[in-house]
Amino acid sequence: MVLTPPSALVELRNLTFGYGDRVILDDISLSVPRGKVTALMGASGGGKTTILRLIGGQNRAQSGQLLFDGGDVTVMGQTELYAARRRMGMLFQFGALFADLSVFENVAFPLREHTDLPDALIRDIVLMKLNAVGLRGARDLMPSDVSGGMARRIALARAIALDPELVMYDEPFSGLDPISLGTAARLIRELNDAMGLTSIFVSHELEQTFSIADHVIILANGKIAAQGTPEEVRTSTDPLVYQYVHALSDGPVRFHYPGPTVQEDFSMGLQSNHKSSGVAQ
Amino acid sequence: MSWYKPSDVGFAARSKLADLGHGARLFFKLIAMMVPTFRRFGLVRDQIHFLGNYSLAIIAVSGLFVGFVFGLQGYYTLQRYGSSSALGLLVTLTLVRELGPVVTALLFAGRAGTSLTAEIGLMKAGEQISVMEMMAVDPVQRILAPRFWAGVITMPLLAAVFSATGIIGGWVVGVLMIGVDGGSFWSQIQAGVDVWKDVGNGILKSIVFGFTVTFIALLQGFDAQPTPEGVASATTRTVVVASLSVLGLDFILTAMMFTI
Repeated sequence: MVLTPPSALVELRNLTFGYGDRVILDDISLSVPRGKVTALMGASGGGKTTILRLIGGQNRAQSGQLLFDGGDVTVMGQTELYAARRRMGMLFQFGALFADLSVFENVAFPLREHTDLPDALIRDIVLMKLNAVGLRGARDLMPSDVSGGMARRIALARAIALDPELVMYDEPFSGLDPISLGTAARLIRELNDAMGLTSIFVSHELEQTFSIADHVIILANGKIAAQGTPEEVRTSTDPLVYQYVHALSDGPVRFHYPGPTVQEDFSMGLQSNHKSSGVAQ
Repeated sequence: MSWYKPSDVGFAARSKLADLGHGARLFFKLIAMMVPTFRRFGLVRDQIHFLGNYSLAIIAVSGLFVGFVFGLQGYYTLQRYGSSSALGLLVTLTLVRELGPVVTALLFAGRAGTSLTAEIGLMKAGEQISVMEMMAVDPVQRILAPRFWAGVITMPLLAAVFSATGIIGGWVVGVLMIGVDGGSFWSQIQAGVDVWKDVGNGILKSIVFGFTVTFIALLQGFDAQPTPEGVASATTRTVVVASLSVLGLDFILTAMMFTI
């Protein structure tokens, strides 16, 4: 039996997950190194977000183990799971701010729920967290008043309010303008290093991802296609990884959705007749 | 090929049974959370304010007009038998025993129930429920329980407002406009209404309706598909299911209260 190396904060061992008959993750094993920024990449619908939900215990795997700091999330009861979740922060794709609470109260929410800190201290912590994401001045706004990029930064301040060990980002870059995108990428890297976090993020954005990640994992068809440093992945000769990293529209992942062949659909047997009549008109 | 195969019937029955069990578990979880919920009374208070305050206008206006109509209809029927002095008693008993709790519950389902369902459905669609779970905060405890207990408290209060404005409406039409004797209007009420049998049972009814309507609204919101269409159909279901449940339960409760 292999002991969990202390370098991995999260480790998936032979994990299988699916909805009904549809297998999303097929017997995958991976580890997320402690203190590093790990990027999860792969085609849409490939199970990246599912991995985050599995780590958070929101979905349960059908088989295999998922270790968070040595504890198996797949078999935890609610009390243990909630204890583990307090050590994690998760940033949802669109922030998922509480619409009825101000920016300040959104960030204060986990503190009020989980601690008995006096209001003055909560105020200081909230303003420090908001300052870290550059939005200390936005404390009195309501979530309906902030842009998508700001909402995500506020959600990030909320996710780190309780000083978690692991922060998970679900597509932090999607739908952001270049300025917000650069800010988001820089924040992920800087917060990770300044707070001694372990970060996992799901992304499709190649350039930013390769510039901030220490460790890249590419998923395809429920399996791990490649993992390693950005350079190792970039120079991979695996055709699938090559297609993904170079953003080619056709390759092992087909451009055309499976269906009848072109010959069948367009009655290619009669091709010459059709062509001539078409030209005649 | 037959339309209904036995396996389809069995599947439908089993899924209905599973829904029922799921609902019952949530219901008992909410009941069991009574003490911790009231320990954070601020959350309940905010919801009582929200549910009660915004339903107050519609309840008061409806009560007043129902009272007006009863004043008129009651007078024309009673005067045939020369007993128009009993108008106050007729209006009061009808409101306190029946219409107060029932119409309030129906209006509450339409006004507050739908907003509860939509609010929770939209929280689910916006991943606010998921994010709360990821923060190790139980959404049933933090979101559903304060709303549930606030609804249970608010319903009898609103029913009391409805009955009170209804009696005033009956008095305005009967005494001020038609000219029934005011003294006999009030004294008949005082003599003929029993605090426990009439008022008490009416309050009991509206408490039961408070449990029913609020729970149905919360369950529909919590189980809604997290899409715009899902929230819309959940809101509709809240009104339909809650209204039918109130009317059905009213018959059962009345049968138990006033026949034994």
